Amino acid sequence: MAFQILLNSFIAFIWMFLHNSYSTSSFLVGYMIGLLIIFGLRRFFPRRFYLCNVLAVINLVLIFFKELILSNISVLKVILSPKLNMQPGIFALETSLKKDWEITLLANLITLTPGTLVVDISDDNKTLYIHAMDIDDVEQARNDIKNSFERAIKEVSR
Amino acid sequence: MIVISKLIIGFLILLGSILSLISSIGILRLPDVYTRNHAASKAATLGIISIMLGVFLYFSIHEEHINTRVILGIIFVLLTSPVAGHLINRAAYYTKTPLWKNTVVDDLKNKEEG
Repeated sequence: MAFQILLNSFIAFIWMFLHNSYSTSSFLVGYMIGLLIIFGLRRFFPRRFYLCNVLAVINLVLIFFKELILSNISVLKVILSPKLNMQPGIFALETSLKKDWEITLLANLITLTPGTLVVDISDDNKTLYIHAMDIDDVEQARNDIKNSFERAIKEVSR
Repeated sequence: MIVISKLIIGFLILLGSILSLISSIGILRLPDVYTRNHAASKAATLGIISIMLGVFLYFSIHEEHINTRVILGIIFVLLTSPVAGHLINRAAYYTKTPLWKNTVVDDLKNKEEG
């Protein structure tokens, strides 16, 4: 992905040199033309066209903000309810992510989801131990959310 | 335009301060370290972010001064506060801080045995 972005910038610079006009707008025009060229030549690259990765990153950021707001609402509900009738607990979650930065990102996202907080990660990077605020009705739904997060992160790193 | 922006800025800053207040009430009310950490690491994060966003909007619309340091501050808070919550939780667990009496399951205990 980084290689394709670098190549695209090179094409933009070459466009600027060919036109002999060094301004932001000519850089942008060159970048657009480079984007078209890379899209046309996409089958020669070992990885997929990089705009897909950019879209996946934007999608992940949107999920992040949505979950941040939802988690705040659910925590506020627990705090402001007159009785504390929650059932906290620590449960284990298997993850299929491999690289360190993916697991860090997943842990950060889990920490900002409604009612879950990462306590520990096992030594072989395969299991996350998560403290949940309300475990009985939530665990199934949490696993669904985790799967959607994992899929979004895999989409970024593909 | 100015009036609408004033309304939005006021809403953001009020929302942020209310969220911070509620998270401190949560720190007082909740029973053990782990559930308090939920309140501290979530509600406080969004509260601080919305206050800073309100400040950024105020200075960029009314004073016409774009302060990028506030945006950087928002990004740093977003990146660091979940990590801080995780580290406090982990340290509390390994120094054997007791869980609340109503805690249902504890899978992490099995890990230490095995």
